[in-house]
Amino acid sequence: MHPFTLSTVDDPAAAIAAHARDPELAFIAGGTDLIGLMKDHVALPERLLDINRLPDMARIEAVPDGGLRIGALARMSDVAADIEVRRRFPVIAEALLFSASGQLRNMASLGGNIMQRTRCVYFRDEDDLPCNKRRPGSGCSARQGLNRNHAIFGWSESCVATNPSDVAVALAALDATVVVQGPAGERAIPFADFHRLPGDTPERDNALGRGDLIVSIEVPSGAEGRASHYLKIRDRQSYEFALVSAAAAVATDGLSICSVRLALGGVAHKPWRLRAAETALRGASLDDVDTLKVAIARSFTEARPLAHNVFKIDLAQRVVLRALQIAGARA
Amino acid sequence: MKPTVTLARKAREGSVTPDGPRVPVSMTVNGGVWKLTVEPRTTLLDALRDGLGLTGTKKACDRGECGACTVHVDGRRILSCMTLAAMQDGKHITTIEGLERDGNLHAIQSAFIEHDGFQCGFCTSGQIMSAVAMIEEVKAGWPSAATADVTSQVTAADLSRAEIRERMSGNLCRCACYPNIVDAVAGAAGRS
Repeated sequence: MHPFTLSTVDDPAAAIAAHARDPELAFIAGGTDLIGLMKDHVALPERLLDINRLPDMARIEAVPDGGLRIGALARMSDVAADIEVRRRFPVIAEALLFSASGQLRNMASLGGNIMQRTRCVYFRDEDDLPCNKRRPGSGCSARQGLNRNHAIFGWSESCVATNPSDVAVALAALDATVVVQGPAGERAIPFADFHRLPGDTPERDNALGRGDLIVSIEVPSGAEGRASHYLKIRDRQSYEFALVSAAAAVATDGLSICSVRLALGGVAHKPWRLRAAETALRGASLDDVDTLKVAIARSFTEARPLAHNVFKIDLAQRVVLRALQIAGARA
Repeated sequence: MKPTVTLARKAREGSVTPDGPRVPVSMTVNGGVWKLTVEPRTTLLDALRDGLGLTGTKKACDRGECGACTVHVDGRRILSCMTLAAMQDGKHITTIEGLERDGNLHAIQSAFIEHDGFQCGFCTSGQIMSAVAMIEEVKAGWPSAATADVTSQVTAADLSRAEIRERMSGNLCRCACYPNIVDAVAGAAGRS
């Protein structure tokens, strides 16, 4: 790794001020993504600020109204093991348990998880191949290269990368909010607005700016929470990123769908909500597979596959259907 | 396509000095307190091996992909290659050298011998450190991706072979001794 300095902070205001005034400073929490990026020379911060000692930021709180507040420093394993998380929002626990390995889940924070950067092999390449996300203006090696793992929705000529987080897919489906403290105070970012599409500036992954510190993630109560499921399809059964994954949360009256929320992972630069399908599924019966398939297909008319990932269009629709059926069985 | 190296990377690598500014860190390793000074970029793995001479913890991928460097920090299994030594101030660390008690191997260590859970042995210390902590996770009721229903309570009785394989998936064995590793973990877990 390149040389850098490391200091520790125990006051959020001091952390925010330091980050706001110093473009070469990065926060470090679990470090599981940042240290890998530094070893591969993708991230080269001159100063690291260890935020693990910021107070009260690792708590997992079940809110009385049925919602949930997860501190940004809560570790993936603690959130996945929390019995209230498991009972209220099984999709969150499942998404976390299907991520990484036991060791990494003990290290990685929730705030860091949703900020983790793409696993596109060109972005992380040690020999620094052209990549607009890594070096703006250098080109996209994946657009005409090996793009089996890349996006089918929302990509641009600048970048076809996907977001690797599993739990972000669950949080997107649950309409969570990301609570951020910054130089201008606190604000709550709707999950759908937290991650960006690449457009002409793929080097920016999310809505955070200098001095922004994620303090918590809030999940609203909702009838759909309990009947939820995360289904992940990957090349090996464990310890692998998703080819395609789906988070489904559904509220039903008998077998009839009252409301449903669906999000896909592994298909776009951000967790991909299936709004058209959600609308079309209202009133459908969970045992009417043909109707469910037609409704889900409404969200795939805008899919644009690349040379090597045409299979994702069919696979993703099957994954959504299966996730919806399993979630529905929990209702 | 010919790889290119960015100017930023060249500039920064050119500035690497073998002995940059060091920072103090105090940590308890296998019960003994160590006061070290480390360069901030020193990983916990390198500090254990090169600073303390505890070479039982192995360096293989150095990218958080293989699990060979697994140690316990405050009782939890973590990857020592993916954290910085300078971030461990005040932490309690256990390595493979710290498992034996009065010359007696830990039950998991004995089980790996009994079940022939290794061939070349390079991944073994990581496998054992991972297994020791994993069994504690199960006792604490943590579910896994192999748990049929995450909304229900998990007990040690649920530690099936499928559960062991899933929970140990962060430790790779290139000799592919997996069946015997699962036997060893199942045998030791059944006795503990």
